[in-house]
Amino acid sequence: MYAKIVILKFPPEVAQKALVCQLVKKYDLLFNILSAKISSRKEGVMVMEISSTSRAGFKKGIAFLKEQGVRVSSPEHQIFKDEEICTHCGACTAVCPTQALYIQRPGMEVLFDKEKCSVCEMCIVTCPTRAMGLFTKKTNALV
Amino acid sequence: MNDHKITKTYEQINEKIARGEAVVVTAEEIIGIAKEHGIVEAASQVDVVTTGTFAPMCSSGAFINIGQSKPLVRTSKTWFNNVPAYSGIAAVDCYLGATQPCDDDPLNKRHPGEFNYGGGHVIQDLVAGKTVEIRAESYGTDCYPNRRIEKTMTLKELPNAMLVNPRNAYQNYNCAVNRSDRIKYTYMGTLKPGMGNANYSTSGALSPLFNDPYLKTIGLGTRIFLGGAQGYVTWTGTQHKSAVDRGLNGVPLGPAGTLSVIGDLKQMSPDWLVGQSIRGYGCSLSVGLGIPIPILNEEILKYTAVSDEEIFTQIVDYGYDYPEGVSRSYGQVSYAELKSGTIMVKGQQISTHPLSSMVKARKIAELLKSAIRRSKFLLGQPQHLFVQQ
Ligand code: SF4
Ligand code: SF4
Repeated sequence: MYAKIVILKFPPEVAQKALVCQLVKKYDLLFNILSAKISSRKEGVMVMEISSTSRAGFKKGIAFLKEQGVRVSSPEHQIFKDEEICTHCGACTAVCPTQALYIQRPGMEVLFDKEKCSVCEMCIVTCPTRAMGLFTKKTNALV
Repeated sequence: MNDHKITKTYEQINEKIARGEAVVVTAEEIIGIAKEHGIVEAASQVDVVTTGTFAPMCSSGAFINIGQSKPLVRTSKTWFNNVPAYSGIAAVDCYLGATQPCDDDPLNKRHPGEFNYGGGHVIQDLVAGKTVEIRAESYGTDCYPNRRIEKTMTLKELPNAMLVNPRNAYQNYNCAVNRSDRIKYTYMGTLKPGMGNANYSTSGALSPLFNDPYLKTIGLGTRIFLGGAQGYVTWTGTQHKSAVDRGLNGVPLGPAGTLSVIGDLKQMSPDWLVGQSIRGYGCSLSVGLGIPIPILNEEILKYTAVSDEEIFTQIVDYGYDYPEGVSRSYGQVSYAELKSGTIMVKGQQISTHPLSSMVKARKIAELLKSAIRRSKFLLGQPQHLFVQQ
């Protein structure tokens, strides 16, 4: 499951509800609305978590929204490593551009240094065990 | 016939294990012991050396009997959580392969595919005790009239399930680089262009078949650690090769021996059977496997004392050569160099990355060691050896 929180800004001429319904119907995405309001400029702002069985499906849905004139942005994200799931195989270290994921020698444990992470998300799809994930900080403060 | 100074039989070692007196060490620990005491003295002291490996082993899967329905059915197509299993056997048996993706997976239509769920994941879900949706179809016969069944079951409720892996525990494997100018998504992981990284996948000195390079103690009936339970070696695996180039210590310098193994899936655990999604390549299953090597004499002990410095593999290009079936090596490196983090290939320094978990391999060797010490695991004497002695 790939889930991400996004901020959607709908121009006044775009009907919010119909678009969001299409995300479900056409792109097989699930959503959870975290907050919604209409700004003084009659612009709709919606914060929601969109989840999909694949990252590709998620991206398609976002591309569709952008085509319809919706402005999509993301709140601040952080990467985490699920230590319960990680097998310490090392596959992620081959793609991590910042060496936030690195091998501690001689034990060969794979460690994650959050400070070095650039949130490029490469590890999320590369980790064969799906131990790397994304979460969002301070969701409530967004709108 | 043999001029060994030390000789022990399987029976003698098993008697010591049963009495709780066997001396058992791991394939990492034996290196120092052999150096300190010499191989003869070490062989007299140590009875068993334990090994371990944990990595994606694509040629894996399970024979599953899903139980009969009323009216009776002879399934010709079966799915577990929408992952198809081969059903050309009778009547409600099937074989679920680790690399089989689920039916609605977009595969590599949008390259590189994610391969989020497949046979390996079903196997992990089963051993984790999760409920799986089973669907099967049939063309219907007089004796088996039912044409379609659907049910949900857990591993406990399934009448039989055995892990049957036709090729595991590869004795050595290529170190993969990519000499092309485009990123490659392979079963050896993601390979950056221009030899941006080098990936390898064995546990080196801990790996089972590096510790018995001629399979002198491993044969049909050897009892092993498999997926968290006790399993058995049934035969050599597919693609097994023994006539290969070897170092002076007998260790093959490239891919060589393999094993086919079997075990009761119902006793296995999701810690040691882990579904894998390999980007751009497909689904797989990481398998935890460990083999105890009986120290029958000092010659066997010498094999088990092999270290990463003395085990070598070849650097193979997965950008052009491998996909085209060109066999060419860009150099030979030791596992000590690979584990150090960088190697030199054609004057270029390249970072190295494992795909096989040393942490889990070590844990397997430790678990096996403690099970043997506590008399919970007896050696299985091979009923047939694959080598001509
Ligand atoms: S690829 Fe995944 S499982 Fe392997 S070490 Fe990295 S985070 Fe852990
Ligand atoms: S998100 Fe990018 S930088 Fe952060 S750990 Fe993953 S691969 Fe490394």
